[in-house]
Order: sequence, then structure tokens, then C-alpha cells
Amino acid sequence: MDGYYAFMLVATALVLMMTVPALALFYGGMSRSKSVLNMMMMSYGAFAIAAIVFVLWGWSEGWGGDGAGNADGKILNSPFDMFGLDGVSHINYIYVLFQLTFAAITVALISGAIADRVKMSSWFVFVPIWLTVCYFPIAHNVWAGGWLAQQLAKGSTFAQDYAGGTVVHINAGIAGGILALVIGRRVGFMKDPMRPHNLTLTMIGAGLLWFGWYGFNVGSIVFLPDNLADADLFSAQFQGETGVTFMNTTIATCAAMLGWLLMERILHGKATSLGAASGIVAGLVAITPSCGAVDLYGAIAIGAAAGILCAAAVGLKFKLKLDDSLDVVGVHLVGGLVGTLLIGFLSTSEAPGGIDGLFYGGGLSSLGDQTLAALFTVVWTGVLTTVIALAIKYTIGWRVDEEAEVEGIDFDQHGETAYDLHLSTSSAGASGVLAASTVAPATEGANA
Amino acid sequence: MKLVTAVIKPHKWEDVREALETFGVTGMTVSEVSGYGRQKGHTEVYRGAEYDIALVPKIRIEIVVDDGDAEDVVGIVVKTAQTGRIGDGKVWVSPVETVVRVRTGDRDSAAL
Repeated sequence: MDGYYAFMLVATALVLMMTVPALALFYGGMSRSKSVLNMMMMSYGAFAIAAIVFVLWGWSEGWGGDGAGNADGKILNSPFDMFGLDGVSHINYIYVLFQLTFAAITVALISGAIADRVKMSSWFVFVPIWLTVCYFPIAHNVWAGGWLAQQLAKGSTFAQDYAGGTVVHINAGIAGGILALVIGRRVGFMKDPMRPHNLTLTMIGAGLLWFGWYGFNVGSIVFLPDNLADADLFSAQFQGETGVTFMNTTIATCAAMLGWLLMERILHGKATSLGAASGIVAGLVAITPSCGAVDLYGAIAIGAAAGILCAAAVGLKFKLKLDDSLDVVGVHLVGGLVGTLLIGFLSTSEAPGGIDGLFYGGGLSSLGDQTLAALFTVVWTGVLTTVIALAIKYTIGWRVDEEAEVEGIDFDQHGETAYDLHLSTSSAGASGVLAASTVAPATEGANA
Repeated sequence: MKLVTAVIKPHKWEDVREALETFGVTGMTVSEVSGYGRQKGHTEVYRGAEYDIALVPKIRIEIVVDDGDAEDVVGIVVKTAQTGRIGDGKVWVSPVETVVRVRTGDRDSAAL
């Protein structure tokens, strides 16, 4: 048990790193140079808000037990019963923290759909409301023994979502698409070039996401009740299962990267670095729900399918004229659906999940469960995110004014700019370190 | 005196500088610029979206020389910067009325 506890400390810190800074770097590099700080701040800010909300009422609303879900079979759980972690033992804090980091990255993922144009204040209002209305209820229903999980478990199989295909990726993907629709396109979308300003940041971010994802997937192990009581059985499940999830996470990601690059080579003539970074994330997204459900070949198939389908899906936004700026729909919704639904075909009783899918003689039961879990998430979050988005639009408003957006949201919202590359405006180049340090802050802010 | 301005491909800049130094040109002003001519930029693809990048990076060299040297300098730049492919750049010569060396106040040829 001590080994598992130490492992959870590490896994939790790894998932924290996925938002701060991995996702911020991944998204920041893809945004324009005048809005990179705002893009990164949306992730950093989301994490801070999500953490506070989570310990106050998120755990109670989502899980409602002492270190685990309360399995009450209800659609909604009370946010007040365990407010402020009332009733959670200190020894179980780490499980709360582990789940906290998932809530934070899920809401941070949404920000990629609405890059470059949203007021920080409106984002800070959206984050806690969305978590409360969409994230915690879905988490309760899928992971904590809520209504959906218990309904689907009545058949011969149950819905498998090892680390968040529905709760995290389909959830964030559908929310991102709806926000992009309600908030509207950026000024100059499909007219001005909006190419990524620094793909080295994006490559670093994708690499750190991959690294952190081992905490995300492998750390999501749930022990069978019998194994919790017996030290040998516990070790056997721990060591047997983490090897599988680690392996599947690795090879699915490799297959997805290659799949995306192959698509690009065929469609556009060149394999790109942004394609590699995107393929990594698409593969990680798709293997998230399925890492405990499939064998080696299943993982390769899911990864390759995610890489190919997501690479095709990211082009759709131009046909739909939907400014999902950094492809939250194309990568997270599509990748999440690929991983969640393919479990119905590729799940095998050889894997820790112990369920045979359609291709392994298990019939349609698993596919049915997976489809219903995905549908539940799409409908729930689709409807409620629309309500939240419209409510904010017609009260405090979402967007910075057009001039601020064109001039650069970094300066408008934060009073900063990311890069100081021109000698004439650089404080060091113009007047030296000593002089720069004596300049009144207001002056430097305006000129930097 | 003449001002020779050359806009060339960035990877040819080091060759041009060496050739001019060998000829005896002692100083110049160099800037990184962007623009386009018949080359008309290029296309880049990000996640399947094609972007026409209209402006191409170039190096602009400005040299002030005596009237008699202008043609030679132009010849050296053209010879060293040429690849024969589209986008090699342009060189032009314009008259200069006066040059003053800031340190000494020397004028015209003495200031070069």
C-alpha cells in the first residue's frame, strides 16, 4: 500500500504538470504572438479556480465519499454534504487531489476553442459555473457510481472509461465547440493568416503532456474490492494493470503520431511538426478511456484511428466556418469519441477491464454501453454549456472589443506583451539595466 | 557620391559582404527586411489549413560610395548574390548630395 501511495503522489503531480505548464505551452505556441500570454493565462487561471472550487464543493458534488465515489445511483449529488472536504480523511486527500487535477485540465482544454478574443473576467466566471454544472455531474455519473454507471451496469457489461474519454475529452470537446459557436469567430478568421507563432513551444508542450499522461492514465487504476483486503492480490493487480495501461498509452500515442503524419503526407505533401504534436495529443486522448480495456493490437488500432480521423476532422472547421481556434473539437471531441466507441469493438477480457467487445465475441453489449455513455455526455454538456454561454453573452459579455483583439489581447487584458525583440523598444537595448530599473512602471508597461 | 541599395536573399549575405570587403568597401548598413516581388511569397500548411505567406524575408544592404565605384559595387553584388532563380532580389543606385562623418565633421568623400 505504501508503494501505491507514493505512486499516487507522483501521478498527481504529473497530472498537475499537464495543465501548468504543458497545456499552456501546447496552446500558447499555436496562438499568435500578440495573444500567447492570454492563452497561457487561461490555463493557469483555470487551474487555480478549479482547485479552490474542487475542494469547496467539487469533491462533494462529484464523488461524495471518503476518498472514493459514494455509488448512490443518483444523477446529482449534493455539493454541500462534504463541503470543504468535510468527512474526507487526511489519508484520502491524495485521491481528492488526483481528481482535482483532472477537473482543472478539462476546463482548461476548452480555452483552445476560444483563443485570442475572450475577456479574462468572463473566462473566470465561466470556469466555476461550467465545472459545477457540467464536470462534477458527469464525473459523478461515470466514475462515482452515479445514475448512468448503475444503469449501464445492469446489462452483462458496463461502460468503460478508464481515465476520462467521456468525462474529460468528450466533455471539453463539446463545450469548446459550443463556446466557439456562441462567442463567434475571431476578427479576420479565414481571411488573415493565423498561423502558430512558435511551434517549438507546442512541441515542448505536447512532449510534456505525453509525459504527464502516464500519471493521468496509469494513476487512474481502481482496485477491486477483494484485492483491497489482501496485500498479495493488491500487488498483483497493481503491477499487472499498470504495466498494461502504461504500455497501451505509449504505443497508441506512437501509432497516432504516425497516423497523423501519414495523412498529412498524403493530403498536403509534407509531414509537419504541428502534425506530430497534434497526433501525440489525439492518440493520448483516444487511449485515455481505453488503456485498460484493450490489448497491444487494440491500442495500435485505436491510436492509428485517432491520428487519421482527427487529422481529417481538423479541416472541417473551415467548411463549417466555426472558429474552434486550436481544434478542441477536432482533437478532443473526435479523439474522445474514437477511443470511447472503439472500446465497444476492441475491448478484450484479456485486458484489466475484463470485457469482450464485438471483435472478441462479446456481442453488441459493450458497444451499446459505450455509445450511451458518450451520448449522455454530449447531450448533458451540450445543452447546459449552451445555457451558460448564452447567459454570459447577454450579461457581462464574452469578447474584448474589436480594436483590442486586433492590437493584441495580451496588452489589453494583461498590460503585457510576450516578446521584446526590437532594439529600439527594448529597455536593455535603449538605456541599459540601471536606467530600465528606474523607469516608472507605468511608462515601461506602455513601451515594453 | 552614390547610394547603392541591394535587397538580396539572406543566405547570400555573407558572400556579398566578403566580396565587397575584398573590393575595399569599409562599411555598410544592413537590415533584415521583408517584402515580395515576382516571387510572390509561398504557402505554408498548418493542420491542413493553407496560409499564403506574402512577405519573404530579405537582407537590405545600403552603401554610400564615390561616383566612380558605384558600377563596380553593383557588379560585385549582382555577381555574388545571383543564383539564377526567381527571388534573387534587386540592386539600385541613387544620387547622394552630402555625407558628414558625425565624429569629425568631415564631409563627402573624406567622410566615406
